[in-house]
Amino acid sequence: MTARHLLAAGDLTRDEATAILDDADRFAQALLGREVKKLPTLRGRTVITMFYENSTRTRVSFEVAGKWMSADVVNVSASGSSVNKGESLRDTALTLRAAGADALIIRHPSSGAAHLLAEWTAAEEAGPSVINAGDGTHEHPTQALLDALTLRQRLGGIEGRRVVIVGDIVHSRVARSNVQLLATLGAEVVLVAPPTLLPVGVADWPVTVSYDFDAELPAADAVLMLRVQAERMTGGFFPSAREYSVRYGLSEKRQAMLADDAVVLHPGPMLRGMEIASSVADSSQSAVLQQVSNGVHVRMAVLFHLLVGNESAGSEDLT
Amino acid sequence: MSSADVGRTISRIAHQIIEKTALDGTDAPRVVLLGIPTRGVTLADRLAAKIREFCGVEVGHGALDITLYRDDLMRQPPRPLESTSIPAGGIDDALVILVDDVLYAGRSVRAALDALRDQGRPRIVQLAVLVDRGHRELPVRADYVGKNVPTARGESVHVLLAEHDGRDAVVITR
Repeated sequence: MTARHLLAAGDLTRDEATAILDDADRFAQALLGREVKKLPTLRGRTVITMFYENSTRTRVSFEVAGKWMSADVVNVSASGSSVNKGESLRDTALTLRAAGADALIIRHPSSGAAHLLAEWTAAEEAGPSVINAGDGTHEHPTQALLDALTLRQRLGGIEGRRVVIVGDIVHSRVARSNVQLLATLGAEVVLVAPPTLLPVGVADWPVTVSYDFDAELPAADAVLMLRVQAERMTGGFFPSAREYSVRYGLSEKRQAMLADDAVVLHPGPMLRGMEIASSVADSSQSAVLQQVSNGVHVRMAVLFHLLVGNESAGSEDLT
Repeated sequence: MSSADVGRTISRIAHQIIEKTALDGTDAPRVVLLGIPTRGVTLADRLAAKIREFCGVEVGHGALDITLYRDDLMRQPPRPLESTSIPAGGIDDALVILVDDVLYAGRSVRAALDALRDQGRPRIVQLAVLVDRGHRELPVRADYVGKNVPTARGESVHVLLAEHDGRDAVVITR
C-alpha cells in the first residue's frame, strides 16, 4: 500500500486489499500456538487511539494488534481527556502529533472526521498515519477488511459470491465500507432493508436492492446482519421493534432457508432478538467470533502496511 | 554455477550434514531443517530429500519467515509476509539447521535467529547456505557452504532453482 492513511475502504485497490488480507492470514499463522504472542515489528512506534464513541471490539483489537507487534499503544477517549474541557478535535490531534504519534486511530460520531484529521495533522513529508476506525455513518474500512477475510476463509473466495447485507443501511458505516470493498473484490452485493432505512442515492451504489428478505435467502452465500442503530435515529424509521424483527430479523426459520454452507456475519454489538435470534447468533453458521479474532489480525496487517517502511528510500537489499 | 553444479553442491551439503551431525548414528540428534523464504525453503526441501536418499533418515523440514524480524523494516516498503511452518514436534531441544540461498551481510541470519527464539529453544543452531558471497556486516559464519563466491558489493548474486525459475543455476550480474 502506497498510501499513508486508511480512511475509506473504497480507496483500496483490489491488489492492496488482497495484500492486506493475505498478510492478515500470515499474522494469524505466525502467532498460532505461540506461547509468547509478541513480534518485534513495530518496536519504537507509537500508536494512539482516539475514541469519541463507545467501542469494545474495534478498540480492543487495535490495541491488541499494536501491542502484539511491540508498538506503544496509548488510548485517548472523549471522557477522561481534555475533550471534556472543551478542546477541539483539531487541537487534540495536533497535541497528539506533537507528543510523537506515528499513527492516530480515530472513531468519531461525525462523518468525515478521519479525513479532516489526516488533513490537519499532515506535515511536509511526515505526520502520523490516520486510520479510520469508524466516522459517523460514513466508513469503517477495517471492519470491511475483517468481514472480507472471514468470508474468504469460510467460502474459499469472494469473487462472484453473493453477499446479502440486511438492516439499518442508512446509518451503517459498516454497510458503506463493505459495499465498497466487496465490489472491489468482485462479490455480488444485495441490500435488504425497509425503504426508510436505505440511503438516498443507493441506486448509484454497485448493489441490487430488495425489500423481501425471504426471497434473498436461498441464493445467498453470506448474510451480513446490521445492528439497528437507535442512537442515530431521530425519527420513526419503522413502526415497532417487533415489526422490524418479524420482517428483517434473522430468525431460526429464516436460517433454515439458507444454504448449509452459507455464513452469517454480524459486526457487533448484536441486539439478540432484534435483528438476529439468539440461537442463530450462537449456531455454527455464525462467524461472529471468528470476525473478532480476524479483526486483530487484519488490524495487525493494516498497521504493518501503514507503519513499516517509507522512512527513507533507496537502502540496499540485505541478504 | 551450472545446473549440475547446483545438484552436486546440494548433495555434498547433505552428506556433510549427515557426517557432521552423525545423523545415521545410534544416538543421532533430532535434526530440523528450516528454510528462509523463498529459495531457502526449496533448498531445505531438497536437502531433506537428499538426506533421506543417502542415509534413510527422515529429517523434519519447514519454513521460517523473517520479514517481521528484519532490521530494515523502517527503511523498506512493506514486503508480503511468507509462510512459516515448523514441522511437528517443534524445535525445542532439536538441532536446527537454517537454510538460505545466499549469505551476504548476515542480517537475514540475525533476523532468523530472533524469529527462532520466538518459536522455541533449539539445542544447537547451524547455518547452511548455497553461496557465500562475503561482505559480512555481522559476526555470522555458515557451518555448511556450497560455494564461496568472491564478489564486489555492486554485483548481485541470484540463485535460480527449477521450482521457481525453471532451471538450476547461480548467476552473478552487475
